[in-house]
Amino acid sequence: MNQTAVASPTAALDATPNALEVRNLNFFYGKFQGLKNVSMNIAERKVTAFIGPSGCGKSTLLRTLNRMYSLYPGQRAEGQIHFYGQDILDPKQDLNLLRARIGMVFQKPTPFPMTIYDNIAFGVKLYENLSRSEMDDRVEWALTKAALWAEVKDKLGQNGMSLSGGQQQRLCIARSVAVKPSVLLLDEPTSALDPISTGKVEELVNELKKDYTIAIVTHNMQQAARCSDYTAYMYLGELIEFGETQQIFFKPKRTETEDYITGRFG
Amino acid sequence: MATNSEQLYGKRRRANQIGLVLSMAAMALGLAALLWILVVLFGNGLAALDWAIFTNDTPAPGSEGGGLRNAMVGSLMIVGLAVLVSTPVGILAGIYLTEFGDTSKTAEFTRFITDIMLSAPSIVLGLFVYAIAVATVGNFSGYAGSMALSLIAIPVVMRTTENMMRLVPGSLREAAFALGAPRWKVTTMVTLRAARSGVITGLLLAVARISGETAPLLFTALNNQFYSTDLGRPMANLPVVIFQFAMSPYENWIRLAWAGALIITLAVLVLNILARVFFRDKGKA
Repeated sequence: MNQTAVASPTAALDATPNALEVRNLNFFYGKFQGLKNVSMNIAERKVTAFIGPSGCGKSTLLRTLNRMYSLYPGQRAEGQIHFYGQDILDPKQDLNLLRARIGMVFQKPTPFPMTIYDNIAFGVKLYENLSRSEMDDRVEWALTKAALWAEVKDKLGQNGMSLSGGQQQRLCIARSVAVKPSVLLLDEPTSALDPISTGKVEELVNELKKDYTIAIVTHNMQQAARCSDYTAYMYLGELIEFGETQQIFFKPKRTETEDYITGRFG
Repeated sequence: MATNSEQLYGKRRRANQIGLVLSMAAMALGLAALLWILVVLFGNGLAALDWAIFTNDTPAPGSEGGGLRNAMVGSLMIVGLAVLVSTPVGILAGIYLTEFGDTSKTAEFTRFITDIMLSAPSIVLGLFVYAIAVATVGNFSGYAGSMALSLIAIPVVMRTTENMMRLVPGSLREAAFALGAPRWKVTTMVTLRAARSGVITGLLLAVARISGETAPLLFTALNNQFYSTDLGRPMANLPVVIFQFAMSPYENWIRLAWAGALIITLAVLVLNILARVFFRDKGKA
């Protein structure tokens, strides 16, 4: 059943260049298989949403894309993930360089215990040697991108943890954007936020896709419908259906997808 | 039925009252003992405190006056050196345990040994240092004293550092890794920083712990009747001076012992308060 699920989206996406191409990906947490033979493409400068019930493997898939799982000895992936032609599952892949190019924002806001300014500068300093004024510009640019500049420009020296939850999450997005990655992975970025902050983050996603390839995991179907171009429906570690968001939400090819989207299941 | 449940309820109420009375009594007993110690200590110590304590050195047996200047300076130097040694060793080892060793055999073994060290009687550590750094060299020294105190402080600092670093949520580390930060940078810039106030608290508590230790200094730093800042020689220090003076027949020495005891207690009290203040600041940040 994977074969049918894979064949159509690959064809459908041929028009746009792909930032990431996942091929026959299997993922294991020790003995438990978290992903089963997943193949899909993530198109450049588009938003791809992963939906599905809890435990379906959508976050797992996201965490393979920047090799986050490599932090944990018991976890391993098999298959290929091509990032502009280069296989990132290659054991020789430099993980720090990879993660600098494929940024990630997490479910819970994770500001570092330092000033707002330093939160942004931290990642930039890792790979770039900027003068003070260049860094000031970069911090302003990143915070503006994340729609946070107006709210924090007078308190850049304050601790990042003093911000509200929604502001913290935008700070984390700004921090990821500041290092100018080519892909942004968002793991349920709004699940800990109120509706207003959620709206701001969604607007932000729409804005950011002009420059970045975005993959977003969400539990919120409306969110996937509102802000993604492509949607992948996953269940029990398998990719059930993948295609343009419009098609997935209005004319799903598989009944499992339809049941989930219409709320009959999940 | 109704009377039955009322009976049961009455029984429970009485049991509750008895439990309450017993625990209150236990609390009162514990508190009374502590207050008694403090009252006696302050009563005798305050009476003995005068300016000369801070300016004069320990007096010869039977003579009048004198102070504790040499003992205080000695204590500060011995404890200071022990802190200088045990802080980096303890913190780095604690970092190894959480961030690098984690569940490896080496880390598990280190944890096991550290737990033994934490509960080892301090006199044993003193004896050990005596055997390797006093008996071999041929004389007691401040260095040997610092070494013995470091052996007590290192496991304390190590375990607090480890526990505090463990409290830092994994998501914070992941967030730093996700920016492409190498492990050492994640550890020093993010994890250690997030655990900072807890680690400092651990350090202060370790200092408080070692500044009152007597047994390990008895065989190592010994004592010195004169003012000396030479760590290579026997050195006066408050705990041993208190030990010697309090058991002497001389009234003047006994007076000085009380003063010394009060000074140590106050110093430890200040350290504990500082530790609490640091830990409270963590909540605000």
